[in-house]
Amino acid sequence: MPAPDCRLGIDVGGTNTDAVIMDNADRVIAKAKVPCTPDITGGITAAIDTVLRSPAVKPQRITHVMLGTTHATNAVLERRKLRRVAVIRLGGPATHSIRPMFEWPPDLADAVSVGATIVDGGIEFDGRDLSPLDTDAIARFLGRVGDAAQGVAITSVFAPVSPRHELLAAEIVKRELGEVHVSLSHEIGSIGLLERENATILNGALAGVARDVADAMRGALAAHQLRPATFFAQNDGTLMSLDHALRYPVLTIGSGPANSIRGAAFLTDTPDSLVVDVGGTSTDVGVLVNGFPRESSLGVEIGGVRTNFRMPDLVTIALGGGTEISRGPDGVRVGPHSVGYLIQRDALVFGGQIPTLTDGAVAAGRAALGEPQRVVPYRQLLTEALGRADVMLADAIDRMKTSKGDRALIAVGGGSILVSDRIPGISEVVRPEHFDAANAVGAAIASVSGQVDRIFHIGPAGRQGMLDEACDEARERAVAAGADPRTVQIVEMEEIPLAYLNSPAIRVRVKAAGALGGVPEQHLHAHLARQTRLAALTEPTAPSE
Amino acid sequence: MKRLLDPDTLRALARGCAVLGAGGGGDPYLGLLQAMQATEDFGPVALVDLDDLPDDALIMPCGGIGAPTVSIEKIENGDEGARLRDHLEYVTGRKVAAVMACEIGGANGLLPIAWAAGMGLPLVDADGMGRAFPEVPQVTMHLAGISPSPAVMTDERGNLIVFRAISGHWMERLERAAAVEFGGAASSTEFSLTAAQARGATVRNSVSLAIRIGETAVGAAGHPVAALIAEIGAFRLVTGKVSDVERRTTRGFVRGSVIVEGLGGDAGRLIRLELQNENLVALERGQILASVPDLISVLDSETADAIVTERIRYGQRVTVIAFGCDPVWRTERGIAVAGPRAFGYDFDYVPVEELAGARA
Repeated sequence: MPAPDCRLGIDVGGTNTDAVIMDNADRVIAKAKVPCTPDITGGITAAIDTVLRSPAVKPQRITHVMLGTTHATNAVLERRKLRRVAVIRLGGPATHSIRPMFEWPPDLADAVSVGATIVDGGIEFDGRDLSPLDTDAIARFLGRVGDAAQGVAITSVFAPVSPRHELLAAEIVKRELGEVHVSLSHEIGSIGLLERENATILNGALAGVARDVADAMRGALAAHQLRPATFFAQNDGTLMSLDHALRYPVLTIGSGPANSIRGAAFLTDTPDSLVVDVGGTSTDVGVLVNGFPRESSLGVEIGGVRTNFRMPDLVTIALGGGTEISRGPDGVRVGPHSVGYLIQRDALVFGGQIPTLTDGAVAAGRAALGEPQRVVPYRQLLTEALGRADVMLADAIDRMKTSKGDRALIAVGGGSILVSDRIPGISEVVRPEHFDAANAVGAAIASVSGQVDRIFHIGPAGRQGMLDEACDEARERAVAAGADPRTVQIVEMEEIPLAYLNSPAIRVRVKAAGALGGVPEQHLHAHLARQTRLAALTEPTAPSE
Repeated sequence: MKRLLDPDTLRALARGCAVLGAGGGGDPYLGLLQAMQATEDFGPVALVDLDDLPDDALIMPCGGIGAPTVSIEKIENGDEGARLRDHLEYVTGRKVAAVMACEIGGANGLLPIAWAAGMGLPLVDADGMGRAFPEVPQVTMHLAGISPSPAVMTDERGNLIVFRAISGHWMERLERAAAVEFGGAASSTEFSLTAAQARGATVRNSVSLAIRIGETAVGAAGHPVAALIAEIGAFRLVTGKVSDVERRTTRGFVRGSVIVEGLGGDAGRLIRLELQNENLVALERGQILASVPDLISVLDSETADAIVTERIRYGQRVTVIAFGCDPVWRTERGIAVAGPRAFGYDFDYVPVEELAGARA
């Protein structure tokens, strides 16, 4: 892979697909915004074509492409293009009291699963075997359902403590089924068996969707004779290599808001701030901490399924530039319906017949757009509605604040023109250049990260030895995902002692991040070799019988 | 029989168990799923009143013991309850007639139902706390002088220990240590007793109360928090937002404090909650608003869902409520076991309604 020069960032949102090109001095030299298409690939192709046509751009200088999309979420919601997965849980004789996917919506479970089994195996919280892994039972299960399976999802009890049973099970899958997509829970989620298992199964189901998006992107680039290194943005606002994303597509599911927040940080050169991202239909409020989105401590539900991977901590409200305004029996109504990408046709200022919040912003003098005189007959309705929207937004922002003092707010997104300059509790509203493409900028400037979230036992190496091991592993994961080893740093570290136990066990979360690097493939192999070494190192120290 | 615990009733019960957990006892979600699966596999469990059982009917109080972090990962097999029953019968030479939750608050309010379904036994409409507490002897059976022995503890593999301890305190020590060896969590029964004993040694109708709390919150149009407060006669301490959370784990227990900043009509007020697994004390400007053994619960202001201590975070819109514990906790012995001084605080217990009356 060449040294980074120009980068193409793409963000596929609910309303628009945005693309930017940034040069090696991190300047935005071209941007494009095109409406989304139902199959998403059309929007990606159009955005790439448009931005590459910009006169400032020399396409052959594009060395890296980064894509962020919420497409995977929609695939789950719509049960579309999902692959069928064989589900294996390693945890017997524990965990039989709740079967895999017991609480899933039945139609989603039917669409995704070719069968599920719980076999003996799994790990204890202190690293011992819960029970010996029943390899024969795995082989028998695969013999039964293997023909129908397009992927296999493997989840071991306490995989975050040691992945060794999942790695062994993956070898059996390879032996029985050959090269099939395998999802291992320790690479995907943290403590919480059912939520991690759910995320692992969804990961297997989404492998085909990720492949389609990757193919569309590569096809559009190939049409311009471009073969840049390709990355996907992930939930925490960092990047993963395309190969990684194809293995772990579920980790890209929340990348949209993360990109906007990271983009806002970059465009204003502010590492800590509140960020509001106003789109056509909805508004996200998030928080920047050390240049990254603050993460939610709670799990997220996707299509009615509980998961537990880390997502940006957001408050989302149905408020955007296209939000429709009407007068109902109880006074003015603001949304939740939006004209969406049809705003250029339907909003009053653009010659349409539907009053929207964009019209409200024009009426209040917050923006100069289209034909301002067209809003005059609606002035009272629009003023009332904008006042209502201001209160909704102020409330959402207040929910995300963690301290009483006034703070600055960065406003980004195409709809942010409707954000007032005076908001209670906000010292200043910062509106950066290229605010309308902050999401694509966020994708283009993202760094590459690796994360560890495991339970460690304080052994002979002591607490520091344990933390060192966690940091080393996070760094290796960052490098495996494509980070330049010379730039990788620990950006986040958290220790959580376990409650109700008089035993020195600690849950450790470490994240390392670094700049885009050269050759991720070699490092990926080093990482996998380390995993195998680690599995050998963490063999049980006490018999489980 | 009072009623059958069908899936809808179980969902309501889980919401109620969260409220009665007073911040502790763990998230009832996994207990709910186990009860739902067992109900699907074996049919619904009957809820019975203690008065409907013969005097000499043996009741098995039971639940899980150990670290919530382990329970959310190493989920039960489902046959633990039957094994506890078999060995309790073997040790006592008597037949178990019904199952009881040792602790209605949190996950332990649901787990015994999953086991009862598998065994085909009824669930008693009572429990040993009327809320959640962290330690084995913090139960009403202990206050009534019932022996915790013989206690039985088992894991999902079939390992099993019978405990005979000289006191509740020793039982706590021995069981806690064994739970760690079992992998951080285990299933157990202590304080087995007859129906005649249980009529005076348990918190009665607590399962029905939890179901009623859940049904009130779900059924209330518009204002579930207000409906819930009216239904159980709780005191609303403050409505506002969580503005500070401080948590640390010492000697196996989560300790910390939460500040709730008043909003709307409560603007300008700051309420501080002290927690050790459960919410123990609510304070305003150094004045006590409520304390253990009365219940203090943090509810989502919109949905009236109770928020357990490990899930409280900045910015949440919450209503803090407090309500009276079972009268047995207000006796001298009850206050000694579970009053403020039992948790290391240097003040005397005053019932929540007296504290509210003094402010009014």
